[in-house]
Amino acid sequence: MDNVIENKLRLETIGLSVFYGENPGVKDVSLKIYDKKVTALIGPSGCGKTTFLRALNRMHDLTRGAKVTGKALIDGQDIYDPKLDPVIIRRKIGMVFQKPTPFPTMSIYDNVVAGLKLVGFRDRKLLDEVCERSLRQSALWDEVKDRLKTPGGSLSGGQQQRLSIARALAVEPEVLLMDEPTSSLDPQSTNRIEELIGELKDQVTIIIVTHNMQQASRVSDYTAFFYIGSLIEYNKTTKIFTSPDQKRTEEYITGQFG
Amino acid sequence: MSDNNTKKINVSPSALYGWLGDRIFAVSVFVLGFIVIFTTLAMAISLYYEGSEAITRFGFWGFLTGEKWDPAITMEFGAWPFIVGTVSTSLGALALSFIPAIAIAVFTAEYAPHWLSHIIENLVNLIAAVPSVVIGIWGVFVFTPWIRDTVEIPVYIWSLENAPGLTPILGNPIGYGMMTATIILTIMIIPFTTALTVDAFRMVPKEQREAASALGATKWEVIRMAVIPYSRGGILAGTMLSLGRAIGETMAVAMLIGNKNTLPFTLFGPGSTMASVIVNEFREAVENIHLTSLMAVGFYLFLISLIVNLAAAYIQRKYAVTGGRAV
Repeated sequence: MDNVIENKLRLETIGLSVFYGENPGVKDVSLKIYDKKVTALIGPSGCGKTTFLRALNRMHDLTRGAKVTGKALIDGQDIYDPKLDPVIIRRKIGMVFQKPTPFPTMSIYDNVVAGLKLVGFRDRKLLDEVCERSLRQSALWDEVKDRLKTPGGSLSGGQQQRLSIARALAVEPEVLLMDEPTSSLDPQSTNRIEELIGELKDQVTIIIVTHNMQQASRVSDYTAFFYIGSLIEYNKTTKIFTSPDQKRTEEYITGQFG
Repeated sequence: MSDNNTKKINVSPSALYGWLGDRIFAVSVFVLGFIVIFTTLAMAISLYYEGSEAITRFGFWGFLTGEKWDPAITMEFGAWPFIVGTVSTSLGALALSFIPAIAIAVFTAEYAPHWLSHIIENLVNLIAAVPSVVIGIWGVFVFTPWIRDTVEIPVYIWSLENAPGLTPILGNPIGYGMMTATIILTIMIIPFTTALTVDAFRMVPKEQREAASALGATKWEVIRMAVIPYSRGGILAGTMLSLGRAIGETMAVAMLIGNKNTLPFTLFGPGSTMASVIVNEFREAVENIHLTSLMAVGFYLFLISLIVNLAAAYIQRKYAVTGGRAV
């Protein structure tokens, strides 16, 4: 993994484990995430990749009985510092979920600026600007610019997912976590979102969970392969997909199990 | 495998649905469903029919707006005082109960630790299940004397000295009256609104809460941004159903409202509602016109309840959020 070092470190986990009750969903994962790169987490269903992702912005705090041990650092700061409000972390580290999650009673506009309103921005002009910028970034602007006042729930599934991305981008997160963002979408919408990831990586650090290996190889710079809760192999995507070091990785990549 | 070995299975659709068991089942559920509709219609029609003498004598609107209810001498009957009593006590109870009920629901569903929310939920259901006559007798022996001595009399004396203009609105501080009935109704409907609101909160998808949290929302902001908007249909429908219960509540109100049949009603003074006048007078209604007038009040009460329930169904559909879409 020598060639991995050359980029700037953004996020790091050291011996991170996540427990649901007694059973670890993620076991002792140490991983370095590099600034303004796309890192893909791949592996078969139930291998802990989503669980790992949700540990990075303390989403497990919301789940009864979930416990995280080990360290997770962003820019050297401990994410799990007990004195640190998880709300602050989540404002830095945005998230896009598997299912599109617009707030159905809010308008498209209000959905996009929801995060900004939370932190007290009320200036109409600024909100307008951010709304347009975020919707352009998520490639939704042209489709919705004439109906920003209609409910977010009235959009199609692919548009709703791009709206969710715009909403996450509006607060200018440093890191964007994407949990299988295209798994409930049609191929065309999937294409749009993959293009979008390519455009966004100049601005944010992206970590994407995907069960689609082609997607991982298309969009990511680095790939981490998880299996039964453990990190098996982590390297540049090209390396993982051409000459993985581990036998398990190779077996998974070549479709021998999954 | 040759084609000779495969046998085509042909099943006609009619054969699938024609089996005797299916038929019997379909017919019986149809009949049972129809009985519900039939009973409701029959009840409305027979109430109207039984009350028609009063309605024809005083007129549909005349009976509705008639302020006189005199079963002793003139035998003139009008439902207006009872409509005023029903509407003001139930709307008053609705207004008083809404905020506490929602607050209890938010605490129970979102803030309380698991064991506590479990206890609160069971208590709420228990209060909702207490027979109204029990609440009535508690009101008669405990609540009425208490509110008379601690609220009504001091306020009345204060107004005599400081704001004489208020005393006619306050009315006699006897304990039995509109305010007491309204407060008891409030206590009785809070559990309903709370229980239905808690259910509505629990139906909010986990994804909605997580989406708000992931934006950096605090707990209260998650509730304000994701939970309450998503469950607004359920909350409103629950409120309307509670209103329906307040409108129809009979025993506790009849025991506490003081039962005065003439307007004007005052805040502390006695009054009556459509339900309370029926339960109080039907035993003594010897004159035919008196009895049919009570029937007619029953008919109007039926209509109002029907309208409130239909409105609840309409509101729920209009404001419901389904599958991520606001309809």
